[in-house]
Amino acid sequence: MAIHNILGNSGEWLRGEGPHSQIVVSSRVRLARNLKSFAFPGWAKKHERLQILDAIKPQVEALPEMNDAFSVYSQDLSALEKQVLVERHLISREHAAKGVGSAVVMNRKQTLSIMINEEDHLRMQAIRAGLQLKSVFKMIDKADSALEDKLDFAFHAQLGYLTACPTNVGTGMRASAMVHLPALVLSEQINQVIQAVNKIGLAVRGLYGEGTEALGNLFQVSNQTTLGEKEDDIIARLHKVIEQIIEHEQNARQMLLQKKPKTLLDHIGRGYGILRHAYSMNSKEALNLLSFMKLGIDLSFFPEEYRQPVDELFMETQPAHLQKGTQQKLAAEERDSLRAEIIRAKLAAFPRPDVGFTDPTSPPGNGSQN
Amino acid sequence: MNCDVCKTNQATVFLTQIVDGKMQKVNLCESCSKEKGVTDPTGFALADLLLGLGAAQEMERGGSVQKCPTCGFSQADFKKTGRLGCATCYTTFADGLASLLKGMHKGTAHVGKVPARQAKSIERESQLKTLQRDLRKAVTDEDYESAAGIRDRIRHLDEE
Repeated sequence: MAIHNILGNSGEWLRGEGPHSQIVVSSRVRLARNLKSFAFPGWAKKHERLQILDAIKPQVEALPEMNDAFSVYSQDLSALEKQVLVERHLISREHAAKGVGSAVVMNRKQTLSIMINEEDHLRMQAIRAGLQLKSVFKMIDKADSALEDKLDFAFHAQLGYLTACPTNVGTGMRASAMVHLPALVLSEQINQVIQAVNKIGLAVRGLYGEGTEALGNLFQVSNQTTLGEKEDDIIARLHKVIEQIIEHEQNARQMLLQKKPKTLLDHIGRGYGILRHAYSMNSKEALNLLSFMKLGIDLSFFPEEYRQPVDELFMETQPAHLQKGTQQKLAAEERDSLRAEIIRAKLAAFPRPDVGFTDPTSPPGNGSQN
Repeated sequence: MNCDVCKTNQATVFLTQIVDGKMQKVNLCESCSKEKGVTDPTGFALADLLLGLGAAQEMERGGSVQKCPTCGFSQADFKKTGRLGCATCYTTFADGLASLLKGMHKGTAHVGKVPARQAKSIERESQLKTLQRDLRKAVTDEDYESAAGIRDRIRHLDEE
């Protein structure tokens, strides 16, 4: 399969429906594995990394899940193509910086992606829409079991799977869910939630993982530790916490509707106005405003059929996605005006927010056509 | 109270930081605190000291081994990158890593998935370890009857 097939089609998790998909954008589980008799990628010499790649890549491609896979060496991808894959969470930012000696293999549906010679010899991840950590784990666990039958993984009786960074040793697993929490942010409860989640050993990060900003009110919640707890237990604990976060977000939404409807409508209304009429917009502003459109759809201010276009815009307005259709690299200014153009076009038929009974400014009967 | 880093000088700088709900404390002497750049509290994260710089110190104290025999990785390299060189490094620097891992994770022993092909040999290894411990205890206690029994079981395991 060729790169344009991947770039031209968004992954299943971007379009897919899943449990709680209004608030939980996606569920992801990644496993870190290393071969027993080679140095970790960061310490291995180039010729050794090539040997590792030769040992691993054919085995990954032979997985039944990968029978229609897209498989490519890192040096054969352009910087822009890599950035598109980063924006789709199919490769890490670290992997995007790799050249000769690294590769990535992903299935057609873009639910399974295996990086070779990232920080570890193997970084394998599965991703799906909505809250379904358990089935996502099953999917990656199956691939892992098939691979360990062919490859000798570094495993220590007491420490479990050995990884380049001691923070991943044990299960080598990081499970995470991406959650959209605009109401918790608006009602200024988000820091409390983050602190509470941190307290029980889970991490909350921004859109693109460690050290990134929480753009568009999107947060990633994941397990912090990997040693001393079973995979199933980690997943179950995380699942429970996400369910609680969903409940808090829903409560915060109801609270805003009842107690601060003007604030809520102001955000949604401004988002609508600016997105529909702006001629220049950076990606940060776009994400933050689209977040309120998404919230507006969740709260039925906009018809359900506009959910898809808004979800698509979250991805299409990212810098690399924006440029993949253009021939040459665009300057920041050109990107911003192209972004605004794409948004205006996509939202051209978008109806005004139907504020109905929540509209605090219109007394009953006022402005009625009948 | 002695300095946590050099372990010799009197500690005069006491730091407490709460990260992820966990309280971490470090006591340093004048010269170590300067060396670690603790003098500017705004640009300083205790976690970095504990997990990064401190980790390498921890490893230095942990053992006399300077380089991994398999990959040539040294403690200085760990200090620089925070990553290890190869799987053997976990054994080479085991003593120093132990306390580091303890502070980082929920437990100190893996309880999750085991690669199917290795499951049997790992099981046997841990059985062997238990038996050898029992054997030593039996010998110390001069319980030679049990010792003979344990020895036979070890032989049996070895033959498998």
